[in-house]
Amino acid sequence: MNNTPHVVVVGGGSTGVGIARDAAMRGFEVTLVEKGNLTHGTTGRMHGLLHSGGRYAVSDQESARECIEENMILREIATHCVEDTGGLFVKRPEDTEEYYQEKLEGLRACSIPATELTAAEARAREPYLAKDIDKAIEVPDGAIDPFRLCVANAKSAQNHGARVETFSEVTDLLVEDGEIVGVEVTHESGSGNHVHGVEGAVEEIRADHVVNAAGAWTGELAAMADIDVEVRPSKGVMTIMNVRQVDTVINRCKPKGDADIVVPHETTAILGTTDEEVSDPAEYPEEQWEVDLMIEELGKLVPILEDARTIRSFWGVRPLYEPPDTGTDDPTDITRQFFLLDHDERDDRPGMTTIVGGKLTTYRLMAEQLVDHLAEKFGIEAACRTAEEPLPGSEDEGAIEAAMNEFGLRSPIGKRSAERLGSRTADVLDTDEPNPVVCGCEAVTRAEVQDAIEESGSNLNAVRIRTRASMGNCQGGFCSHRMANELHPDYDERQARTALDELYQERWKGQRHALWGEQLGQAMITYAMHALTMNRDRDPAATEDSLDFGAFDAGPSTEARTTADESAGIATDGGEEGTHGD
Amino acid sequence: MAIDSDVLVIGGGIAGISSALAARQAGADVRLVSEAETTLHHASGLLDVLGYHPNAAGEGPVVDPFDAIADLPDSHPYAIVGESAVRDGLALLDDALGEAYQGSYTDANALVPTHGGTVKPTARYPASVAAGLASDDREMVLVDFERLTGFDAGVAADHLAAAGIPADTSAATVEFPIVVRDDAKVTRYAHLLDENPTVTVEGRERRVRAALADAIEPHVGDAERVGFPAVLGVDHPAEIRAELQDRLDAAIFEVPMGPPSVPGLRLEDRLYAALDDAGGRIEAGGGPIVGFDATEGTISEVYLDRSGSPIPYAADQYVLATGDVAGGGIDSDREGVTEPIFGCHVPHPTDRYEWFDEAAFGDHDFAEFGVVIDEMLRPVAETGDPEFSNLRAAGAVIGGYDYPAEKSASGVSIATGYAAGRQAAREA
Ligand SMILES: Cc1cc2nc3c(=O)[nH]c(=O)nc-3n(C[C@H](O)[C@H](O)[C@H](O)COP(=O)(O)OP(=O)(O)OC[C@H]3O[C@@H](n4cnc5c(N)ncnc54)[C@H](O)[C@@H]3O)c2cc1C
Ligand SMILES: Cc1cc2nc3c(=O)[nH]c(=O)nc-3n(C[C@H](O)[C@H](O)[C@H](O)COP(=O)(O)OP(=O)(O)OC[C@H]3O[C@@H](n4cnc5c(N)ncnc54)[C@H](O)[C@@H]3O)c2cc1C
Repeated sequence: MNNTPHVVVVGGGSTGVGIARDAAMRGFEVTLVEKGNLTHGTTGRMHGLLHSGGRYAVSDQESARECIEENMILREIATHCVEDTGGLFVKRPEDTEEYYQEKLEGLRACSIPATELTAAEARAREPYLAKDIDKAIEVPDGAIDPFRLCVANAKSAQNHGARVETFSEVTDLLVEDGEIVGVEVTHESGSGNHVHGVEGAVEEIRADHVVNAAGAWTGELAAMADIDVEVRPSKGVMTIMNVRQVDTVINRCKPKGDADIVVPHETTAILGTTDEEVSDPAEYPEEQWEVDLMIEELGKLVPILEDARTIRSFWGVRPLYEPPDTGTDDPTDITRQFFLLDHDERDDRPGMTTIVGGKLTTYRLMAEQLVDHLAEKFGIEAACRTAEEPLPGSEDEGAIEAAMNEFGLRSPIGKRSAERLGSRTADVLDTDEPNPVVCGCEAVTRAEVQDAIEESGSNLNAVRIRTRASMGNCQGGFCSHRMANELHPDYDERQARTALDELYQERWKGQRHALWGEQLGQAMITYAMHALTMNRDRDPAATEDSLDFGAFDAGPSTEARTTADESAGIATDGGEEGTHGD
Repeated sequence: MAIDSDVLVIGGGIAGISSALAARQAGADVRLVSEAETTLHHASGLLDVLGYHPNAAGEGPVVDPFDAIADLPDSHPYAIVGESAVRDGLALLDDALGEAYQGSYTDANALVPTHGGTVKPTARYPASVAAGLASDDREMVLVDFERLTGFDAGVAADHLAAAGIPADTSAATVEFPIVVRDDAKVTRYAHLLDENPTVTVEGRERRVRAALADAIEPHVGDAERVGFPAVLGVDHPAEIRAELQDRLDAAIFEVPMGPPSVPGLRLEDRLYAALDDAGGRIEAGGGPIVGFDATEGTISEVYLDRSGSPIPYAADQYVLATGDVAGGGIDSDREGVTEPIFGCHVPHPTDRYEWFDEAAFGDHDFAEFGVVIDEMLRPVAETGDPEFSNLRAAGAVIGGYDYPAEKSASGVSIATGYAAGRQAAREA
């Protein structure tokens, strides 16, 4: 019997992978296609806040309630992606008491646990808070790693039989008799893992239903079937600091505004953000004022940020949507809720449903509602299990501890590997091979890099998002070539070199917004290592012309060398001189 | 009372040492003060003069760097000091380094394989690198160690082949005879080879060097030379190479690597010893120079910050050799770029987003940040007048050239260091 409905999900962000997992668990045949890496879109460029809902407790209580419910669920099913940092809403003297009270009431109304702290209590918890703050409210905000979260969802989907294709762009929707019946996909390098240098291919994938989870690009995708979905993309900046100045999420307790939150994430603290409508989600200005604003505004909450070192900045675009004719002017007023658009009902175009808006924190709920909708359509009875069933890596609460003991992982390196890998720690680190550290800043070992390569192919940016290698202080200066070395010999030198060039350029892109002070010095050292010593900028292997090697110094003549050897017995270079050697 | 000398050199990188050596050679009483460790241990240990013509993107490497100097723009530091200062400076260094460095017998650049696997042009190279030059057509086998992630022999061998070098290349990976920690530094390997302790290999007592040679031997085949990551000893490199050469019956060479760099450490040791022998006084690690006094455009003393207390140093002549944005000689914040000790003029675009190029290996303004000098190597103000009558600059603190792109770092440091040191001594 072959009547399992086939669903094609377009988009490998949190929404798409969440849907793929849920649908696969409920027995759909699932194919997920993503034009870049997993997390290539907004999901890879967000702030990392596991919302308690506190930020919406005054302005958008429905979103706030969804957030706190999902927050509690993700702590259970995605333990290895979540850090329970807690959060504070901090009131400065210039922030109104009225808003503070509204916040407190809103939190209570939405059942978000809230505790009031005096200034002294808040500062005891976070000593770098400004001395002149008034007070604070404590809420269960957390930090979430979007990369690990998406990889774990995709892996779970695969475990339930889904096909996941990255570097595969939907280049057309197949429409027959007014109905959407599938997608035309252009694979960058054949299907399966991404491998450099493998020819691309076009494939038509037929489906019983297409799910458009293309985030800020949902409009573009819908347009391929002449459907109008007006997404209002809005950009925001995030600035990464070199150390974690705070261990708690710090929010400013005032109505919506730019630069009002600091989220600790792994070894860093991330400042954010702005909210500016843009016309093209892929092409928008990344502006200096935005970075300056982060540092100046958030310095009012955490003064040492003013003099601290930032390592890079990055931007993301929110896939905001509002129903036609709402006509909101200011993007900060557009709702953070999500929308499910069945194009049969809405546009008389059966075969596709679009899901747009929302937040990463609510990705699971979005997926649940969408798959409920599909289940109803196709008469599938299976209930959603994603709220109970842990993600791969989070299955076993004791697994991390057990694995850490088993591998004697008490060093900071082992500890951090285990935090990243969760219950997969044993599988990945159980190796008899030497396991040196490849990325020193983030303490990522060879076994983890190899594991990521096995999962994702020769693309080092995919390895990066799985492992955090090259995401620390040096931004790949000291480790990007080491990562490329790990590709060999499974991939050839040429592929490794191309992968290195791509990673290096990607790392450069974000650093450009942090180039002053120490980070500029770091960039110069990186430039010296890669251009001056390694000559990667003028690599003769990368040019067509062959070099006239004969014109250059070939070294002291072979003859001279032989004589020296014979006469001196051992020394070939004049022998030992003092203790300094050469 | 201030600590006194004829010439005070600030900065202990290759520019500072070259200045101090030149000033000593010219008979001055010299003191060198440097904040912390030098940047030499970051550097590959190669001494480049000019590998590529600036503004000639796409062109291959320069064969004769001395020839190429004539074509440089007038503002380039080489054009300011002239070819003869480049040659004289190098001669001074050749003298200080003796047999430990090679390349002085020809004006032609050498193409050296470095750890990424491709070749780069340089003018002087450590003796340990000599047998590895790319223009030598003898077959080579490259060796790496399991736990050393910075050098992958297989990648390097294939990369060299892709660059078209005239020699056949192959690769072998071996386990270092003593199991070092998974995250051991390169210096750990170097020290083990220096000390050469006994290990037990398959029931046999062997010294580390011998055991290493045993492990490599099966991979050598017809190869006439064997290349290693640059870890062959800090203290006894020649002895280690000679022993391996004997045991493997092949020439031995090192492939220069990134930081921390063993050849860089050896170069640092050598140069400091040479300066010490020449009678220069060295104070490295005591703290940074943070301020100065001057009257009528002449510096009377500078202040070293020793854990918060200012220590005055006075001299007739000063050489500023504090490096670029990487070395600490040039500072920047979101507002602009400065020379932090004397506040010398550093030209730079006011818009921070013009400091760099979009492409990682593009034309970066920041690489050229530094002071502007006159023909006497004195930093000048925006007006073109010298900032101080008795202050000269040397090395990467001078702006206007992109040394990673042109591969000219040490050469400019040596040539300007030499010129600044000599002129300072003459006027002291
Ligand atoms: C600045 C900023 C900060 C944020 N901070 C937070 C936060 O702290 N906490 C939180 O919960 N939420 C946060 N969000 C919101 C959250 O990041 C997003 O709502 C969420 O990541 C959206 O996921 P998505 O899967 O819908 O979209 P995306 O992640 O954009 O996924 C869509 C995917 O579709 C792919 N795609 C597009 N077109 C095609 C095609 N033709 N073929 C194949 N694939 C295609 C794209 O490459 C992309 O990967 C933030 C958003 C921004 C902008
Ligand atoms: C990663 C890397 C790779 C390299 N590879 C090569 C190569 O392959 N070939 C090559 O020719 N060159 C190479 N070099 C360059 C070379 O080693 C030198 O860095 C360069 O020539 C500049 O030398 P310098 O002496 O002017 O400055 P630096 O070497 O930067 O020295 C500056 C010195 O000044 C000191 N200092 C700074 N501020 C103060 C202060 N306020 N008070 C006191 N002391 C101070 C610093 O501590 C330092 O010792 C490399 C450099 C790096 C960083």
